[in-house]
Amino acid sequence: MTTYLEFIQQNEERDGVRFSWNVWPSSRLEATRMVVPVAALFTPLKERLDLPPIQYEPVLCSRTTCRAVLNPLCQVDYRAKLWACNFCYQRNQFPPTYAGISELNQPILRGPQMPLIFLYVVDTCMEDEDLQALKESMQMSLSLLPPTALVGLITFGRMVQVHELGCEGISKSYVFRGTKDLTAKQLQCTFPNTGARIMMFIGGPATQGPGMVVGDELKTPIRSWHDIEKDNAKYVKKGTKHFEALANRAATTGHVIDIYACALDQTGLLEMKCCPNLTGGYMVMGDSFNTSLFKQTFQRVFTKDMHGQFKMGFGGTLEIKTSREIKVSGAIGPCVSLNSKGPCVSENEIGTGGTCQWKICGLSPTTTLAIYFEVVNQHNAPIPQGGRGAIQFVTQYQHSSGQRRIRVTTIARNWADAQTQIQSIAASFDQEAAAILMARLAIYRAETEEGPDVLRWLDRQLIRLCQKFGEYHKDDPSSFRFSETFSLYPQFMFHLRRSPFLQVFNNSPDESSYYRHHFMRQDLTQSLIMIQPILYAYSFSGPPEPVLLDSSSILADRILLMDTFFQILIYHGETIAQWRKSGYQDMPEYENFRHLLQAPVDDAQEILHSRFPMPRYIDTEHGGSQARFLLSKVNPSQTHNNMYAWGQESGAPILTDDVSLQVFMDHLKKLAVSSAA
Amino acid sequence: MSQQGYVATPPYSQAQSGMGLTPPLYGHYGDPSHAGAPPGAMKPAGPMGAAPGGVLPPGPPPPGPHQFGQNGAHAQGHPPQRFPGPPPASGAPPSYAPYPPATQSSYPSPLPPASVSQLGRQLDTMHISYGSGMAPPGQGPPGSQSAPSGQGPPPPLQPSILQPGSQVLPPPPTTLNGLGAPPMPPPGPAPPNAQLQPPPLPGQTLGSGYPPQQGNYGPQMPGAQLAYPGGFPGGPAQMAGPPPPQRKLDPDAVPSPIQVIENDRATRGGQVYATSTRGQVPPLVTTDCVVQDQGNASPRYIRCTTYCFPCTADMAKQAQIPLAAVITPFATVPSNETPLYLVNHGEAGPVRCNRCKAYMCPFMQFIEGGRRFQCGFCSCVNEVPPFYFQHLDHVGRRLDHGERPELSLGSYEYVATLDYCRKNKPPNPPAFIFMIDVSYSNIKSGLVRLICEELKTVLERLPREEPELPSAVRVGFVTYNKVLHFFNVKSNLAQPQMMVVTDVGEVFVPLLDGFLVNYQESQSVIHNLLDQIPEMFADSNENETVFAPVIQAGMEALKAADCPGKLLIFHSSLPTAEAPGKLRNRDDKKLINTDKEKYVDVASLGLVPQLTGGTLYKYNNFQMHLDSPQFLSDLRNDVEKKIGFDAIMRVRTSTGFRATDFFGGIVMNNTTDVEMAAIDCDKAVTVEFRHDDKLSEDSGALIQCAVLYTTIGGQRRLRIHNLALSCSAQLADLYKSCETDALINFFAKSAFKAVLHQPLKLIREILVNQTSHMLASASLLQLILPDSMKVLPVYMNSLLKSCVLLSRPDIPTDERAFQRQLVMTMGVADSQLFFYPQLLPIPRLAHQCSQRPARLEISYRFFPSPRVLEVNYCQQLPFR
Repeated sequence: MTTYLEFIQQNEERDGVRFSWNVWPSSRLEATRMVVPVAALFTPLKERLDLPPIQYEPVLCSRTTCRAVLNPLCQVDYRAKLWACNFCYQRNQFPPTYAGISELNQPILRGPQMPLIFLYVVDTCMEDEDLQALKESMQMSLSLLPPTALVGLITFGRMVQVHELGCEGISKSYVFRGTKDLTAKQLQCTFPNTGARIMMFIGGPATQGPGMVVGDELKTPIRSWHDIEKDNAKYVKKGTKHFEALANRAATTGHVIDIYACALDQTGLLEMKCCPNLTGGYMVMGDSFNTSLFKQTFQRVFTKDMHGQFKMGFGGTLEIKTSREIKVSGAIGPCVSLNSKGPCVSENEIGTGGTCQWKICGLSPTTTLAIYFEVVNQHNAPIPQGGRGAIQFVTQYQHSSGQRRIRVTTIARNWADAQTQIQSIAASFDQEAAAILMARLAIYRAETEEGPDVLRWLDRQLIRLCQKFGEYHKDDPSSFRFSETFSLYPQFMFHLRRSPFLQVFNNSPDESSYYRHHFMRQDLTQSLIMIQPILYAYSFSGPPEPVLLDSSSILADRILLMDTFFQILIYHGETIAQWRKSGYQDMPEYENFRHLLQAPVDDAQEILHSRFPMPRYIDTEHGGSQARFLLSKVNPSQTHNNMYAWGQESGAPILTDDVSLQVFMDHLKKLAVSSAA
Repeated sequence: MSQQGYVATPPYSQAQSGMGLTPPLYGHYGDPSHAGAPPGAMKPAGPMGAAPGGVLPPGPPPPGPHQFGQNGAHAQGHPPQRFPGPPPASGAPPSYAPYPPATQSSYPSPLPPASVSQLGRQLDTMHISYGSGMAPPGQGPPGSQSAPSGQGPPPPLQPSILQPGSQVLPPPPTTLNGLGAPPMPPPGPAPPNAQLQPPPLPGQTLGSGYPPQQGNYGPQMPGAQLAYPGGFPGGPAQMAGPPPPQRKLDPDAVPSPIQVIENDRATRGGQVYATSTRGQVPPLVTTDCVVQDQGNASPRYIRCTTYCFPCTADMAKQAQIPLAAVITPFATVPSNETPLYLVNHGEAGPVRCNRCKAYMCPFMQFIEGGRRFQCGFCSCVNEVPPFYFQHLDHVGRRLDHGERPELSLGSYEYVATLDYCRKNKPPNPPAFIFMIDVSYSNIKSGLVRLICEELKTVLERLPREEPELPSAVRVGFVTYNKVLHFFNVKSNLAQPQMMVVTDVGEVFVPLLDGFLVNYQESQSVIHNLLDQIPEMFADSNENETVFAPVIQAGMEALKAADCPGKLLIFHSSLPTAEAPGKLRNRDDKKLINTDKEKYVDVASLGLVPQLTGGTLYKYNNFQMHLDSPQFLSDLRNDVEKKIGFDAIMRVRTSTGFRATDFFGGIVMNNTTDVEMAAIDCDKAVTVEFRHDDKLSEDSGALIQCAVLYTTIGGQRRLRIHNLALSCSAQLADLYKSCETDALINFFAKSAFKAVLHQPLKLIREILVNQTSHMLASASLLQLILPDSMKVLPVYMNSLLKSCVLLSRPDIPTDERAFQRQLVMTMGVADSQLFFYPQLLPIPRLAHQCSQRPARLEISYRFFPSPRVLEVNYCQQLPFR
């Protein structure tokens, strides 16, 4: 079935869409039995070099409840100059402009060009060095802005100062008390519905005002997960509520809020997370503004495409139109609902639901939404063979050039009767997409529910999927087989369970919020890396190769390169570390060793240069304290409990009581085949 | 530490043995110039005046000669300055140097001791004879008057008849010759041994206050006789003369305040007034003299309505004389008077009575060999703290009596310990915040530019603790219209930073560091700012202002800086912007949109300065060319004047009476503590006393006013003023000791306070009734007004003419409120001038300017004259 892999890949490249199922079960009942819902990861602004903007208005279906856009999937009657909407089957006339449309004869451009607005919101309560570094970064960013861009500056400490730029002789600012919840944010009122980026630079937690995170006195530690669980964090709820209101307001007016938080301790990202989460802003967490991590990351915000335009879209709205048999349940990602009811809105809400339109204030080429659908076709109304369901994604946004643009993505998938054609449905399973879609659901739940409940839910889903699609004899775990399209899925789930997205142990609330924020907006590839980090091995025994994320991969004569998305870690095995310490790399006769040492560093640099936000770069070795980052990620196949059973030569034992993938799988099989379940 | 200036002095303290409360007479601490002043000459009532200089009488030597001896003969043995006094000691005859020129002209050179004593004797003579002053004034020199003394009726020198139609004027005011006149030959029975005189008989005491008047008499008599042919030789009965009582009021017959003022000036002006004697009436406020503290506070600090209190409440009721003291604790003293000495007991702090908490003062009696002292106020016997112990001499006075200001002076200061500070923390130096209304009208009138320009000069002259040190006062700047603009003028800034606060509903100070700065350090930034402010708002069309938020902002700033301070608000319009404290126009609606419309609701806004010890300056319809000189002078004066912050005042009295009512720019949270955010040299608190028991003639009535405050340099201090009054069971004594100017001050304040809750008609009636009652009782027997109250009717008439007590539609409410407020904090000198302004003819020829023109009576008679007149209304209110 290589064709499906290719199909999936092609679709992703062309449309920026990946579905959990590429053949859809044709009845509602069957669809619910598939365990993994029909859902898609959609990247609205997926970069495509071959996608020229069309400089005229799209043609819309004339049915007022539909208004779908004319697309290649529509049936066109060229003689009658009619086209049939593939969503509502309305037959539409082509507009007169289509008659003589040509390169030279284009309809009027949409709307005026709007300037970009960048508002710098700077915390002044930080060390001088940090402030200085931040200042330099901001000056750098100013040099990158187009000359037409509008710039604002707000500084805050105990009070908020809105600076009036462009005063001569005196520097003027408007000051507001930090403790007061002002009802009117001036700038927001001034530029409604214009793309604007509010960039907040935060050097520490808020200690006063409605969004305060921690008390004023240094002796009070900032809340931990432990405190939150025991309901001992008195500011969390109030703060979160405040920032949610703020984020909603910003989202309504179409403004993006970025948070750049640099401090050694937490800064209250837990409370503030909704600001970037709801507005499509960035969240960057670092130790100090004076680190390359922040500086590079911030610089990357202003990356430009080949046309010299920022890779950012503003004030986007995503509208989804579906054919009759399927409805949209909701979306999970950096968006807010626009509360637009329509015929294609499902009553069954998943994520941000109850609407067919969402606002995505900030869009980057990788911004990806998970969109969940519900098959509503009744069991007794079969769809004829060869019938296709269609979904249209209409994304309107303000391009960084100031233009308003619309991107229309229309896809169609075959229907199949799950009772007779279960194999073809199973074969269309995109386990990677499914893993991410399920992960988003789990993390979405984790934001509101208790951690163990989410894990239990995730486990149950996995077991049900195994029961549905595995081949086995009842009550015989050893007989369990999974087809290729499902084979990796349990492993993803295993790592997801261990990931910081669902495990809060050892992570501060801020870190959890930070990790979750990025997971919820990255595209499939990056998300997969986050769930299951990639491990490369470099050794003299051959070219660099990907190896299992397993403790058995940790060998003395290997260099490992691990990419967890947030961290790039180079680990030198025991022997390599000793060689390096002895300085062999500096001896001409051991040049090959120097090359070996250099190879992972070069690869790491490549990743470091392209990724946003820039990952933390860690160079460590066997026994090094930072090796813990590696040891905590790998599958603990060897632990202090079983290391001798596995042989002493291979791998490094992990001192943990966590279950290994093998144990996990054994249990899974046992439960899946159990007739009691 | 002032104490180090003290040296052990010879026991001249004996001199006052048996004087009880009367302190010794060397008010010349540390200042040899004063010490060596011709005491005899200058202190008519003082015992040392009687002591022939150089000739030490046997027995307890009077202090006078001693001082001479000390400064002359023993000078080498003692540092010349016992207290570090301000005027530097200079040479051999330094003693005389500091006296004002007027004095010197009267006594052109240091008088030889003999003449000094002669003069002293002469003066004594005079007041002795004054006591018998029933003699017709026109008959011969006073020295020759020999009527029986002790008679104690009202001094008839310039008697007035009560009946309105027949009031008789004193002699014409050609007083200058009085000054120049050589002392009368010393005949008469002047007792050189003046120690015997006090404790003075009431009459004598009074006399001591008045003798100079007689001095005038010699030359003036002819005039007097001309004007009032009917002298009053024996009494009213014999009053004969053209103006019979029934006749229409003859303007010339009305007692002339000018006459009284000039008489007092002639007789007492330029002299030394020593405060040694209990109950002596000081010279009038209009009279320049040198006050020497000899155990009682200078009249500059405390002036009473009467210097003799009735013994009983019944008597007080009968007399209806208000018993009040006008206290100006920070009054400015002229440079030729000794400033207050500072006492520092280190960590021990001031010595106080355990029971009533009165501070150590000359009224405390040391007993049991100095181990204990008895409080003069509550009679409680207290242990003397070990550090304070000192042996007593054979007359029961401490050996260090002369070295400690608190034992021998009426006024002095203590360094307060941390116990007297808020939160037991030393205070920070105060801050001045300049808050300028930059709304359209203020910009347009040019006032903002004027202020900014002037501030550059004014800021150079911020008040300072020590003249040689830079001022510790920090300054801050705020401008406002309907929003507030704060300025960061930190010294390291290249240009000032402006911070706008729009949240006037809940105003706050947007910056801590850089708002209040040291002027010297931030001078360039401040000048930069002051240059820019008029430009910045030049195009402003904003004509709405806020007021309450401005004050709140200033308060918050001071609170944040944890310091006391002063807000200088330059406000020009009714605060109509939407904010707390918004006001509506309550004035005449017909005037709206006319030129006359200029209403800022002084009654409401003025409460702020009034309750915080501030000053309200008001300029009607400010016009640059007319008002700027006055405005600038007010501004300079206000910034530079001496001021104390965070003050709390307590007036303690000896048993038998107590302070019951207080008027002034004060806040009281209980019945005794007078709280003042600030008090400056112009502010007075008028205190009314009432009996709660009997007073005895022996012990008199003692008053101690203690003000705890923070100096301009940020030091916490206690300023103590002590005053002893006499008591009498004779009504006549009371009237004789009355002080009309203080009475008017009291009446004005109590009436102005009453206007808030009583109808004007009633207030006016009360004033008239009480005045006539007082005058009637005073002259019950003779129908002659006592000298001390002669001009009371005229002054009362002036008070009744004050627009505050008139209700006429053409008087703007702002003006009434303003004048009311102005008077409420006035001292006696100011209120005198306010209610009886100076009317001066302006000489037609320039060369005539060399001499000060004589003051004219305020009477319609002078107004039709073609002469140009200048009215010196009050320093704050130029006549327009």
